[in-house]
Parts: sequence; structure tokens; C-alpha cells
Amino acid sequence: MAPLEAPQRTSELMRVATAGSVDDGKSTLIGRLLLETEQILEDQYEAVERASKERGDGYVNLALLTDGLRAEREQGITIDVAYRYFQTDRRKFVLADTPGHEQYTRNMVTGASTADVALVLVDARKGVVEQSRRHAHIAALLRTPHVVVCVNKMDLVDFDEGVFDSVAAEFPEAHAIPLSALNGDNVTERSANTPYYSGPPLLELLEELEPAPDRDDGPLRFPVQWVVRPMTDEHHDYRGYAGQVAGGTVSPGDEVTVLPSGARTRVQSIDTIDGELDEAFYPLSVTLRLEGEHDVSRGSLIAAGDSPPEPVRELEAEVCWMAQAPLKPGARLRVKHLSQTVAAKVESIDGRLDVNSGEHGPADELELNDIGLARLRLASAIAADPYAENRTTGSFILVDDSSNDTVGAGMVVA
Amino acid sequence: MRAARLEAIHHRTPHLRALEAEAIHVFREVAAEPGRAVLLFSGGKDSAVLLRLAEKAFWPARFPFPVMHVDTGHNFPEALAFRDRRVEELGAQLIVASVPEAIEAGKLTDETGPRASRNRLQTPVLLDAITEHGFKAAFGGARRDEERARAKERMLSFRDDFGGWDPKAQRPELWGQLNGHVRPGEHVRAFPLSNWTELDVWEYVAMEGLELPRLYFAHRREVFSRDGMLYAASDFVERLPAEEVFEESVRFRTVGDMSCTGAVRSEAAGLQEVIAEIAATKLTERGETRADDRVTEAAMEDRKREGYF
Repeated sequence: MAPLEAPQRTSELMRVATAGSVDDGKSTLIGRLLLETEQILEDQYEAVERASKERGDGYVNLALLTDGLRAEREQGITIDVAYRYFQTDRRKFVLADTPGHEQYTRNMVTGASTADVALVLVDARKGVVEQSRRHAHIAALLRTPHVVVCVNKMDLVDFDEGVFDSVAAEFPEAHAIPLSALNGDNVTERSANTPYYSGPPLLELLEELEPAPDRDDGPLRFPVQWVVRPMTDEHHDYRGYAGQVAGGTVSPGDEVTVLPSGARTRVQSIDTIDGELDEAFYPLSVTLRLEGEHDVSRGSLIAAGDSPPEPVRELEAEVCWMAQAPLKPGARLRVKHLSQTVAAKVESIDGRLDVNSGEHGPADELELNDIGLARLRLASAIAADPYAENRTTGSFILVDDSSNDTVGAGMVVA
Repeated sequence: MRAARLEAIHHRTPHLRALEAEAIHVFREVAAEPGRAVLLFSGGKDSAVLLRLAEKAFWPARFPFPVMHVDTGHNFPEALAFRDRRVEELGAQLIVASVPEAIEAGKLTDETGPRASRNRLQTPVLLDAITEHGFKAAFGGARRDEERARAKERMLSFRDDFGGWDPKAQRPELWGQLNGHVRPGEHVRAFPLSNWTELDVWEYVAMEGLELPRLYFAHRREVFSRDGMLYAASDFVERLPAEEVFEESVRFRTVGDMSCTGAVRSEAAGLQEVIAEIAATKLTERGETRADDRVTEAAMEDRKREGYF
């Protein structure tokens, strides 16, 4: 078959995270976004309609669309992060919908870790409650580039400007929108009920915000996942380093430093099956060839020549703990950072974050769903950046030695 | 200097390229950790895309794992021919895990009657093959938009030594960081297409000029109607007395067993016409064409718990 014309859309990928419980209208808002972008198909809608009737809900319960597991439908709760997809002509959206009750911190942190934008829901009648604050703090901690505060159920407070203003004032860094998910005000269409709001409706805003706005600004970070050595007649001496650009940009001729060896060299070419590239940037997966012969393997980091990260054997990190047994000083774990796994020991726990206030308090251990500062000592050095500078090279997961479970997530402070 | 640099920033990456980059990342990561991987290939559109992405991830080297087909013996001949052709073109190693052989050997019992399906029989055959070859990872083309239990599954789905999926005990996935650590006997299922939708798959097929089996494009075929779906008439399906065979212009939206895959009426013979129909459809692909999901409300979840993809 001859290659056909490329698709018409060149829309970008935008990752959205929402959190909250059924009561604040989160499911209705997601249902509304899916309906308005025509993502809910007839058989899905009919299935939800049927199930709502069987449950005696008295309305079409859009929460059933996202509650995919038997236990969730039986118990009327959301257990795990669910992923939803919708698209407009300009964007494709990946929406991580995280439940508000069970394991909320773990799930919110997971959703926020990859999100370009976090939607924080506030019920206009109740004003800002703990859960909204918690979500906003977590989005800030995870450095989600954008936060949108959806002041929902505005129809139930007669679209009162004062109500909206008082909520918006609590989140000076965020973009606040007065809306009604139920009636559709300011979801996809600008509402006539909110003359005091001059911004775009939610969907338009989501189409305009820049995904990963600062990824290209920093120095090059290219973790090597795999060494490509075809050893065929055609590519006999080929040696390429495959990975995904985590930050900065790279072009042939650029000077780079390879860690951990510290060797300086230049990029010879950026290879893909579709041809060599003049430039690669986040989030492209490419293969780099370097000038000369160097010690590069999985776990190596190819970084900008004049600003490589300092390999360290000790880390201070904000850790979100996700296991039943508390994390205590002396604990032995594995740290998976980029494409490298190293043994680690917890030296000390230096504080616990109060996710409602955003302040750290004293602590000597971290319990399930706690976030706190921990000092880790590593068996071998890793090349990490502060999380504030790069969300990929500044983050890691903690793996339990015996079960192999992911038991924690860390963000490098220093 | 800084100004010139700023010109270059805010690169716009089309969403299909972003999805491609994410999938390639998963391939490379899982091939390294836990390693000993296998790519499950059915001859359908999702596995055709999967194969292309595997090719891209390791190019110019060949991808470092074999391709496996769980053969129910009830396949569309067009899908098998496509499988063999692609595997040969890529120079890949093909492993066929055969359901008919397992039945022959007395390990499994075939269902009988007009509604017989070998769908469930695939699971033990798949698990045996994984054990026999010592695979620690199996790549599959499943997408989260297909079904609501799948919407909850991770990119790397950890499976115990029974192949079972425990939705309540999944490893959290943060920052695209994958945890491929497994103990002996355990394995992971890796889903590089997790964040792709059906339309993304079709647009990628068009963008890359990928070949698909002719089944996906409108053609005239002998079919019969059952439960509101059209099935291909074949030796694999016993028809009920009232089920008459007639000819119709159809295409398939999914390609599974002939016994459980329905066709849709269509005149869309070309790729762009199919894409236009998919974009305008009012029914989900599994709802429209897959009998195996209609058994109960949680048919997919139940099968996944047993070790199904």
C-alpha cells in the first residue's frame, strides 16, 4: 500500500488531572466534557442509562462511565485512577481522573505527576474545603504547570460574583472559572450568566494553555535506555544510544557530557527510522550517535556539555509514601531514577507535609499517603537535578526489595 | 544568543508523535527491564501499529524479542496471511501458541454448539507459552479507551504466576517511570498503546502508510445475522436454523476470532473513507463488533483477572 496523506490534525497532546469526590460535581464535569466533545458513544450512554435505572439512581449517573471495576459499581466508589480521552480539532486530551476518598494522596500525586494542567473543583455553595486545598497543594508540589480552579454549581448560588471572587482570591496563582457542569455554563460555551468573568470557557482554556512550557528552556537531559548495536553487514560499526529527551534540545554538533564518566564529546547525529533529525526535544524518543568511542550504557545520562548535573550519593527529597508499613530511618529500598536502579538507605525523616496547609511539621516516620522530607544515601551515584528544574531527571520511584512493589515516589530537593 | 534560543522553544509536537514517543519509551524500557520479552501479534490493526513502533524503537537494529501469536484455529485467513508476511519482512522470529494443539493434547476442552467460542481458551495457552519460554514481559496492543476495565489498567500490568490481574494492587505509575521488576514465575504485560484511541490508531496507520489486512476495508462477504451483529459465514461457526447466509458489503472494525468478531455494513474501501466513518461512528468498537464483551457487565474485568489481556 502506498503511503497516504498525513492526517489533517496536528493537534498537541495535553495531559489533564482531576481529583475530587462525586459530590463536588467532578463526574458531571468530566461527563459534560466527554459529551460535548462527542466522546460518549450511544452504546456507552445506553449502558450507563440502563445501569443507573437498575441502581435506582433516578438520573443518568455519569460517574458510572468512569467507574470501570465491578467493586466500584457495586460499592458506588472510585478505587483507582481512570484514564479518559477526548479531543477537539486543536488538542487531544489524556485525562487522569483520580478518586477523592480512598488512597487520595497516592492517586492525586500519580495523576499530577504527568499532568500539564490540574483541575481543582470547588462547590460554589460550600466554598473552598480541605480537599480543594489539598489538591492545589499537591499540584503545586508536583509542579503541574497550570492549575485551573473550577468553581462549580454556580447555578445554585445565582451566579453570584462575590462567591466566585472569594474562591478565586484563595488561589492567586491559578486560573479560576465560574461554571455549572450540569447546565454547561462556561464549560464549552461562554455563559451569559457570568458577565464579570472575561476569560474563556474551560474547554477553550484547555486548548490554549501551553503543555510542558519550560521543558525546552533548560540544559539537555537525555537518559540512555538502550544501546543500539545492529551488528549487521549494513550497519556493522553502528553504535547508537536510544532514549527520550527529558529536557532541553539537542542538535548534531552540540557538545555533550556523558555521565557518570564525565567524558566530553559531540553529537554526531540524531537517528530515527524516518531519517536523521536536525533537532530533538522533549518528548521525542530518538537515538543519538556520539563522536569518538565512549563508555555509555543503559543508565548513562547524556547532558549539555557545560551544565551536566552533579552525580550525588546523597539526596534530600520530598517523598510520597505509598505502602502500608511506615517508612522509617534505616529502611533499605531501591531507587529507580531514569533508567538506573540503585540500592538506597533512609538516613533520616526530616518533616511531614501538612497537605491542607502546605507547611512541614516535625516527623520521624512517614505513614501510608504521607508526604515528607527524607534524606537518602545511595549505593552508587546518580545524576539528578532538583525537581524544580526538571520533572523527569528530578524524580524517582522507590521499589521494595522483596515484593518489587512501587512503594514511594520522590522529588529531589537537593 | 538567548533571544535566538528562545525562538526555538515551545516546539509543538503533534499528538501522534507524542504518543509514538511514549510507546517507544515503553518498548525500550521493558526490553531492558525485566527483559526476556515477547510481542503478541494477532494480525489486527493494533498489533500492526505495535510492530511498527517496535521496529522504530530499536532501529537500525532488529527488535530484541520474538513475536508470538496465540492461534485459536478460528482466525480469519487474511489475518494469518498478513501475520506471516509481516514477520517475514521484518525477519522476526514467530512463535505460534496453538489452542487446537492444546485441545488435541487433552489439556483443554473445546466448547460446542452454535455459540461456541475459543476466546477463553486463549488464556491458558498464552500462560503456558509464557512459562514454557520463560518470558518476563509480553507486549500487547490493548488500549484504555477500548473498555472500562482497561481504562484502569497500568502501562505495565503486573501479573502473578497465575497471570491474574489484581486491579486493587497495581503499581502506581508516576512521571512515565516504569517498574519492571518481577520475581521468578511472575511477568508483566506491557501496553505501549495505552493512551491511544481507535481514531489515533487509524490516523497513525495513515500517517505511516502501514499495511493492514484487507478485512478492515469494505469488501463483499457471505455473512449471517445474529443478535444484531453480522458474522462471517465460516466452517468455524455453527449456524442456528433460522440464520441464513447472505452477501453484504462489510468491513471489520476489530479482528479477533471468526466466532466472536462481528462485521459492520460499509462501503468504505479506502483508508480515508474508513477514518471518516470511524470518526463519525455512534458505537464503540467493542460494543459494535465483539460478542466476547457482551457476556456480563464485567466480562472484560473477569477475563483479565483470569490472565487474559
